[in-house]
Amino acid sequence: MSESSIKIKGKKESLFIDKVKEIIPDGGNLNLCLTCGACVSGCPATGLEGMDPRKFLRMASLGMDEELTTTPWVWMCTMCQRCSYVCPMKIDIPQLVFNARAAWPRDQRPKGIRASCDMAMRNDSNSAMGTAPDDFVFVVEDVLAEYQASQPEFADMKAPIDKVDSHFFLNQNSREPVTEPDELVPLWKILHLAGVDWTYGSKGWAAENYCLFLADNDCWEHVTRVSAKQADELGCKVFLNTE
Amino acid sequence: MSSDWNKDRKIKFTVQDPCQIVRKSFGDEVADDLRFVVRSVVGEENLIEMTPNKSNNYCCGGGGGFLQSGYTDARRAYGKIKYDQIISTGADYCITACHNCHAQVHDLAHHFGGTFQTVHLWTLICLSLGVLGPNERTYLGDDLKEVDVFHPETAL
Repeated sequence: MSESSIKIKGKKESLFIDKVKEIIPDGGNLNLCLTCGACVSGCPATGLEGMDPRKFLRMASLGMDEELTTTPWVWMCTMCQRCSYVCPMKIDIPQLVFNARAAWPRDQRPKGIRASCDMAMRNDSNSAMGTAPDDFVFVVEDVLAEYQASQPEFADMKAPIDKVDSHFFLNQNSREPVTEPDELVPLWKILHLAGVDWTYGSKGWAAENYCLFLADNDCWEHVTRVSAKQADELGCKVFLNTE
Repeated sequence: MSSDWNKDRKIKFTVQDPCQIVRKSFGDEVADDLRFVVRSVVGEENLIEMTPNKSNNYCCGGGGGFLQSGYTDARRAYGKIKYDQIISTGADYCITACHNCHAQVHDLAHHFGGTFQTVHLWTLICLSLGVLGPNERTYLGDDLKEVDVFHPETAL
C-alpha cells in the first residue's frame, strides 16, 4: 500500500515563506497554522482581491510564491495585526505581508506610497510632502506669534524647536503645517496648560513614514535615524510619535 | 477639564481605537486611558462604544499606506465595516486620535453619506477647557461651531 501512496517531494529550494522565517523573530510561527479562520473573520481585508489572511498564509505554505508576491492584496492589508492578535498560534501574518511587499520591484510598488517616501528622502524633514526644515520652522513661528497676540491668555505659550534637554521630542504630521496650520494650535495649548517640557526638531520633525509602508528598509532606516539623531543630539528623554 | 458644555446638549460620541497605539503598542491599558479622557471631555453618558473595541478593534483602513496606495475603491470597501460600526452607535461624532484614522474615517463618512463628524481629540479637549478659538473648529459640526468660542472676535 505504501508504494501507492502520494509521496511529498522534497521541499523546493528557498521558498518565499522559508526566507521570511529566517528574518523574523521565532520564524513568525509561520508553520503553525491550525486553519481555524479566526484571522479571516476579523480581517476587514477579507474578500478583497479574492484573498484573506488564512488563504495568504496557506498559499505561502504551499509554495505559491509567484501569486503571493504579485497579488495587490498586500497593499490592501494594513498590517493592523488584528489577525495575529486573535490567532491561537500567534502567527505573524502581517510580517509575511510586509515581506511580500518588499518582494515587489520598487518601481512597481504603488506610486503614491513610493512618491511619499521619495519626498521624505529629499531633505532632513522626513516629510511626505517634501516640506523643507526652514518652511516648517517659519510656519510654526508665524502661527505661534499670531496666536500669542490674538489670544493674550496664551501670550506665554511656546512651540519650541530644537530646545535642548527637553523631556519630550514631539513629531508632527505634515498635514497641519502644510495645509491646515490652525490645527497645530489646540495641541500646543494642551501642552502649555499641562506644563509639558517638549520640543519639535527642525530635522526629523515629520511623523508620517511612508518608507515603512513602501517596505523599503534602507529608506525607512534613513528617515528613522534622522529623527532619532535629532532627538539624541538635543538630549531629549522621550520620543513622542503622534502618528 | 469639564463636560458641562455637553450636559444638556447630550451630543453623542464614539471613539476609534488606533491600531498603532492600542493593539500594536500599549494594549487595553492605553485604550482605557483614552476613554478616561473622552469621558471627562464629553460626559460619561455621551460616549457610545463600538463593538468590538480596544485591542479587538477593527482597523479603519487608513493605515499601512492604504490612503496613498491608489486602491481607493478597495480602501472604501475595507472601511465599510468601520463605517457600519460607527453608524450603529448613532453617534454624532467619531473621535479619531490618529491621523490616518482621521483621514480615513472622514473620507468614509463623506463617501457613504454619513452625517457624523470626524474629530481630533485635541479639538474636544480644548473645547472642554474653554480655549478653542473660532479658527480651530474645522472638524466640528454646526452644532458645536458656536459653542463656548474662545476669542470669537478673531474669527477669519
